[in-house]
Amino acid sequence: MDPFLLEALLNGVLLGGVFALPVLGLNLVFGVVDVVWLCYAELVMVGMYTVWFLHTQAGWPLALAFATCLPVVAALGLLLHLLVVRPLLSAAPINQVLATGGVLFVLQGAATLVFSTDFRSLGVEMPPMELGEVFVSGTKLAAFVAALLGAAALWAFLKFTYVGTAIRAIARDREVMPLMGVDPRRIYLIASAVGGALAGLAACLLVVQLDVHPFVGLSFGPITFMICVMGGLGNMLGGFLAAFLMGLIVSTGGFWWNTEMSYVVAFLFFILVIFVRPRGLFAR
Amino acid sequence: MKGGVLLAVLAALATVPLLGPPDYGMHLLITALLTALAGTGWAMMGRFGLVSFGHGAFLGVAAYTTALLWNLQGVSPWIGVPLGVAAAAGAGALLGYPCFRLRVVGHYFALVTLAAGEIVRILVTALREYTGGSLGMTPDRAPPDAAFAAMQFDKAGFWWITLAAWAAGLLAWRLLDRSMSSKALMAIAEDEDAAASIGIRVTREKLKVTLISAALAGLAGALTAQYRMYLNPESLAGLGISLQIVFGAIAGGMYSPIGPTIGALITIGLEESLRVAFGTEFTGAAAFSYGILLVLFMLFLPRGIAGLLERRRPAAPASGAAEAGGAVPAAQPPG
Repeated sequence: MDPFLLEALLNGVLLGGVFALPVLGLNLVFGVVDVVWLCYAELVMVGMYTVWFLHTQAGWPLALAFATCLPVVAALGLLLHLLVVRPLLSAAPINQVLATGGVLFVLQGAATLVFSTDFRSLGVEMPPMELGEVFVSGTKLAAFVAALLGAAALWAFLKFTYVGTAIRAIARDREVMPLMGVDPRRIYLIASAVGGALAGLAACLLVVQLDVHPFVGLSFGPITFMICVMGGLGNMLGGFLAAFLMGLIVSTGGFWWNTEMSYVVAFLFFILVIFVRPRGLFAR
Repeated sequence: MKGGVLLAVLAALATVPLLGPPDYGMHLLITALLTALAGTGWAMMGRFGLVSFGHGAFLGVAAYTTALLWNLQGVSPWIGVPLGVAAAAGAGALLGYPCFRLRVVGHYFALVTLAAGEIVRILVTALREYTGGSLGMTPDRAPPDAAFAAMQFDKAGFWWITLAAWAAGLLAWRLLDRSMSSKALMAIAEDEDAAASIGIRVTREKLKVTLISAALAGLAGALTAQYRMYLNPESLAGLGISLQIVFGAIAGGMYSPIGPTIGALITIGLEESLRVAFGTEFTGAAAFSYGILLVLFMLFLPRGIAGLLERRRPAAPASGAAEAGGAVPAAQPPG
């Protein structure tokens, strides 16, 4: 096979891994709390700034900065739930979405005020690795592995812990679970924190690949939502698979055409999927 | 608002440039009115539960059509703007028809429009040979004697054009409200299946209101570009501007024809006062305050400022019906 195409395919898989984490986080929150966090990519942005600030400004070791980023963004997720989402739980869905859209502006504005609109780079780069006849960026490969580990950890949490079981149950039927002695308010809080933590993990993986600026969320936020919808909102496995599909579309589109047009192709593909399978690619 | 009152208000507003206001004041008024027009267009469909996160796309399609026709073909904006508006309506139909036909609603509709808005933004950026990409483009200046033909005026001239466009938006709102379509759309917003079962042609009614909405947004976009003499993809397409349109309409109140205009006055006023207060840091402060306000509005005043005014007035039978139909159907309380 053409080594360049092979490289594009490989990069697509790696990109899919990066998309997968925010998609899982959004799907978790939506599946459990039934609210779309329009500001999810901005939570990731805050995480990226956290890592950048702790590592380059405060001089912390990178691992410690990563480890701090997760609880910071998880706390932000909790705060978002308590201050904005919980009071709106019985409001119309559009009001919920617009309120989280307001948070999007708040976070972008706050980032601009604190860090200005400059592009900030972490300045960490791992040497490229040779796999057969193609070269792969070491940073991307490491991020990919970390994304898979994060997804596996989430799966294990949902599958093998009591809280995880309760989360899955409440996503299945939110009327009956309270009757079984599960406090939905507590489960919502936990899901929001875990959703935030996943955004934090995604931030750690993105900050090594992208420069941070207040509007960086707009570069991957829209496609994250589309992947969620393509996989079926709330469907974790569907979202996970759709992330890789979208990664492949974007990177092979970049191979055939150019990066910008590859996003046009990806978005058009999304619109077509919604027309043909409105409940997602993997809906029964 | 009664027709007579509206005409009197329009006549009063038309005399504004004759009072010799400062240029800066005129600039703010024109900008606010153009923002109001875009918001009116959005709310036209938003109030029936057709929430679009991609209205920026319609601004962009119309603005770039007008500007490219002028720069590349020398077509006067007097012809270019209507063509641009038609192109925006066409884009609305292209997006709306399959959506409505295939019953894409709610979150799904919002995300499809979001994708469409992003597509337009990226296309404008990618076609940089013609559009100047993200650096933007400027329509060519016409010589002074041809300025009128090129729709390049001073502030007063633009004020009158903008005023006419804004009034057209309100007129469209009024005509829609008095037609059977608005009743049909209210029924559709409440329950699409039930509406279809009593013989309402759901796809057709939705498409109609989408065309009007896209055309008004397109008009706002084309005139904005023509007024500023500068176009760029960030301010005329994509998620950012689309959310700003939504914010203005929601803050003002999307169920009242005057609501989006109130919202535009608030957003422009806020942006300018923050700019004066914070100087160069204004972009961050403005976005920050927008966001806080948007959250507060959603929490405490989901019907916007106009909703506040509504409640004080005793409900006439006609506005009572609008009240009932316009209310957003409440979601099932979770848990």
